[in-house]
Amino acid sequence: MTGALRVVEHHLMVYRRTWKGGMFVSFASPILFLAAIGIGLGSLIARGPVHTVGGVSYLTFLAPGLLAATAMQTAFVETTYPVMAKIQWLRTYDGMLATPLTVRDVLGGEIGWLVIRLATTAFAFFLVMVLFGTVHSLVALLMIPVVVLNGLAFGAPIFAFTATQRKDKGFPTIGRFIITPLFLLGGVFFPIAQLPPIAQGIAWATPLAHSVVLSRSLAIGGMNPSALIDVAVLAAYATLGIIAASITLPRRLVR
Amino acid sequence: MAASATRADALVHARGLTKRFDKLVAVDAIDFDVQRGEAFGFLGPNGAGKTSTMRMIGCVSSPSGGELRVLGLDPVIDGPRIRARLGVVPQADTLDMELRVDENLLTYARYFDIPRDVARARTQELLEFVQLKDRAKDEVEPLSGGMKRRLTIARALVNEPGLLLLDEPTTGLDPQARHLVWDRLYRLKQQGVTIVLTTHYMDEAEQLCDRLVVMDKAKIVASGSPRSLIDQYSTREVLELRFPIDAAPALDGKLDGIAERVEVLPDRVLLYAHDGEAAASAVHQRGLRPESTLVRRSTLEDVFLRLTGRSLIE
Repeated sequence: MTGALRVVEHHLMVYRRTWKGGMFVSFASPILFLAAIGIGLGSLIARGPVHTVGGVSYLTFLAPGLLAATAMQTAFVETTYPVMAKIQWLRTYDGMLATPLTVRDVLGGEIGWLVIRLATTAFAFFLVMVLFGTVHSLVALLMIPVVVLNGLAFGAPIFAFTATQRKDKGFPTIGRFIITPLFLLGGVFFPIAQLPPIAQGIAWATPLAHSVVLSRSLAIGGMNPSALIDVAVLAAYATLGIIAASITLPRRLVR
Repeated sequence: MAASATRADALVHARGLTKRFDKLVAVDAIDFDVQRGEAFGFLGPNGAGKTSTMRMIGCVSSPSGGELRVLGLDPVIDGPRIRARLGVVPQADTLDMELRVDENLLTYARYFDIPRDVARARTQELLEFVQLKDRAKDEVEPLSGGMKRRLTIARALVNEPGLLLLDEPTTGLDPQARHLVWDRLYRLKQQGVTIVLTTHYMDEAEQLCDRLVVMDKAKIVASGSPRSLIDQYSTREVLELRFPIDAAPALDGKLDGIAERVEVLPDRVLLYAHDGEAAASAVHQRGLRPESTLVRRSTLEDVFLRLTGRSLIE
């Protein structure tokens, strides 16, 4: 356990040198998206025949979905190239494993760090949502653990995958065929119900759709009836991902 | 160091140590003991099994067979406990390019649970020891190969290990940088640190090792001190002859009887003789006119050539 903390500590030491840029993006990105699409596009919707989406303004509809999608993207970014670098390009993990640290410590530390990254970016996003007036209840704070879990639901399986890769060719493929389609079609910008039935089925099989609807209901201070199922799906993806990584990472690092 | 030293005294004790990767046998049932305070070397060409052996001693790779004890403990059971007392300099530097020179040591110290203030003090001492003190706040990437190597050595010393493992410590360094590394390793040995290293440089093995084993094709083919290996497998001196390329075939038989042994290499002919100068004049008396002649002392390279029929660095 302390071993995993040491791995997190290493991350913090590196992050201490790069946090300003990361922090800027964490705030700037949601501000730009909410302003351009939430307010810009939202104003067109407000002038249309329905005025609202799902009974709320488009900005209020969009913000929690974007929050969840941001966690997904953060997890994707953190568990691909940086992990590959530490496995293979810089061999950081080999350096760690020459000390009392074990592969389990390395994995624990990486997951711990991912949680910290997800929580800090989600919190930054949350502050921006407050700024835009889309948070209507203290319950909305629960969005943060929900999207952290969503990030783990993507990050842990991707980490497990990365540990099996010798080249980085697979990462753009994940981006193109999973992350980007989900971002565009996974319920962030419009309700999943508007997709064709097959696409709806696919969307509901992924973690993103569940964390989007859950976050959306929490943002307006409610709780959707399927909340337990949503959390269970997210937890299942995260757990299976961590189990997979605890098989693939030792296989890769201990020869 | 008495050959009869018991297993309890040995810092590393291996019997029948074997490492297999699928069908490839990387280390084939080797026996050796490393005694406290000595510098022990694995000499051999690339692919001889040196790195696989080092990784097993370093408890990052488990043996496929045989017996291995490191610091009196079993690496399979006590890996983390053993690693807490080892210093490891891997073949390829695993320095943290995202961190500064001093941060590399600080963060590594934390992996050993060394308190921060102790880590800071030790970082200063070690950077001084490897002569990088004025680079403490610099980025790692622009450092020269020799400086990076010294930083890796400093990092390996952060837990004050009693046993230091170095996998090809000076491969790829220029001569000056190599001598600086050798000098630091020699000082560590003086301080009582036990050193185990691999190398394919015979001069490195001769400079640093009290005892060494020669490895070839996953097996140990000879062991002893550098001096005793040379005495046993080579002559005191070697006469090196270079002939014009087209004249080489005409040699057959003409060198017979001049030396104890003759090796014809693609680029030169080696005559193993007690007295190299006498052999050189004998060559001239037979009317042979080599382009160049060189008399030198025998080295571990010659031992390796004798044992395996091949050069160390191919």
